[in-house]
Amino acid sequence: MTLTEQILSNAAGKPVRAGDVAVVNLDYVMVHDSIAPSATRILHQQLGAERVFNPERVAIAIDHVAPAANIATADAQSNLRRWVREQGITNFFDSGRGIAHQVLIEERLAQPGRVIIGSDSHSTAYGAVGAYGTGMGATDIALGLATGQTWLRVPPTIRVVARNCFNPGVGPKDLALWLARELRADGANLHSVEYHGLDFLTVGERTTLSTMSLEIGAEAGIVVPTGLPDEFPVPEWLYVDESAIYARTVEIDLSELRPQIATPSRVDNVVDLTDLDRVKVDVVYLGTCTNGRHEDMRIAAEMLRGRRISPEVRMMVVPASRDALQASIADGTLTTLLEAGATVGTPGCGACIGRHMGVLGTNEVCLFTGNRNFRGRMGSPDAHIYLASPEVAAATALTGYITDPRDISAN
Amino acid sequence: MPRIWKFGRDVNTDQIVPGRFAPYMTSEAELRKYPFIEARPEFASTVQPGDVLIAEANFGCGSSREYAPQALKLVGVGAIIAPSFARIFYRNALNLGIPLFEADLSWLDDGETIELDLTNSRLNARGQSIQLPPPPSFMRDIWNAGGIVPYYREHQRFPV
Repeated sequence: MTLTEQILSNAAGKPVRAGDVAVVNLDYVMVHDSIAPSATRILHQQLGAERVFNPERVAIAIDHVAPAANIATADAQSNLRRWVREQGITNFFDSGRGIAHQVLIEERLAQPGRVIIGSDSHSTAYGAVGAYGTGMGATDIALGLATGQTWLRVPPTIRVVARNCFNPGVGPKDLALWLARELRADGANLHSVEYHGLDFLTVGERTTLSTMSLEIGAEAGIVVPTGLPDEFPVPEWLYVDESAIYARTVEIDLSELRPQIATPSRVDNVVDLTDLDRVKVDVVYLGTCTNGRHEDMRIAAEMLRGRRISPEVRMMVVPASRDALQASIADGTLTTLLEAGATVGTPGCGACIGRHMGVLGTNEVCLFTGNRNFRGRMGSPDAHIYLASPEVAAATALTGYITDPRDISAN
Repeated sequence: MPRIWKFGRDVNTDQIVPGRFAPYMTSEAELRKYPFIEARPEFASTVQPGDVLIAEANFGCGSSREYAPQALKLVGVGAIIAPSFARIFYRNALNLGIPLFEADLSWLDDGETIELDLTNSRLNARGQSIQLPPPPSFMRDIWNAGGIVPYYREHQRFPV
């Protein structure tokens, strides 16, 4: 069985295979501030449920507009806090704690073998620690809150097999963008993706891959859960089964991978960075569930130490979580970034959804470490978003135009 | 007569309703003003109940926001026809009871008038009657109930 089949069989209480339709038990239902008003309304008013199925199995995060940007969001957040208290939900992560996906991993709610649905498409994130995470809309989430279950067709799996290691200046984001280039935006639609050969990656690096899995349409993106820290024990029933049947296998020699970049306004509009013409940027934005962790900030800080970003560029850093921010304070990363000229925002989704904290204006060009460059994604529909790694972000901040990190001399 | 609104491939939910126009940011009452507000600004004010969206592959990719199909439902979109749909959008539209058909009708033009016969899964256009692939039985069950919530309330189970 594939990892997906193993996890969903465990959650269904019977063996299920790709193509089977099954009802599965949920370990956690995650709801964030943007969808909570609809999900709770459907739960109470339409489904007629008074309580969530189990308050300990629900996680609520205020991350999409954190802190509140206007009266509508402030009022919605007050209502959500009251609802969380009424329901007795303890896994509540208020404004500033960080992006739900990152926080659920830090809090060890996401664990190998668990099934987690979230009101956010990047809930594939939980595959970083060997969980089956998937995003759903408000109605499916409300049904999950009411019943502790969902129904789904067990997806077939695309296996990605990586060999060797990344060269300097190249990393998991480049792999994720290369996959979007190879498979296109719908290449993994109705499929799960398994990532093999990446035991050397940190949990954070794995989260770059698992969140980006959604951008090739995947239902889940699971990194083989070997090489994880001890806090993520792997159940004995979850392992790579040599007899598993895969829909497709994609192989990649990481040592041949070069820095990749997604050009406006499609995630699969990907080219080698070296093939890009000179592009002047206005904003470098380092953050999101895809690349806003401490290690991403540290990569940027190491390149920026003792240097100043281009006076033509604004560099916005929005940590994925409070833990990431604290770790960046503790080891001096944050000071380095600030001394280089960067600005720091409240941990959360930031401008990734174009709502606040650094939205882009007309004709502005942004080099973004996030996961989507759709038209209008970060604000003006006439802004232009390029997606790349933290290494490219730092190199670009230094020069003011999109720059290959391998062209920046070591500090 | 209902008309066709044509779209290309990989229409994402940020195009259908940009994140900053979410009900969370504005209000539930305003949502009907926002479908395709930037991608096709004339859409929300001129779409008529029963009009059909015809798109290329991977319609509805991106965010899980249910307010995207909800906005299309509010303005009365009668059906969406595309060779394929992104999974989350498909589930959301299914849950809300919006008819979806997996077919490539990209040879039809924007603005053409059509008639949709949902009962028999047929579309009449250019004097032809086009057979659409009949929806899976669970989808028809959910449509007949008026969405997944009324279905669940009636049956106390998922349509499995």
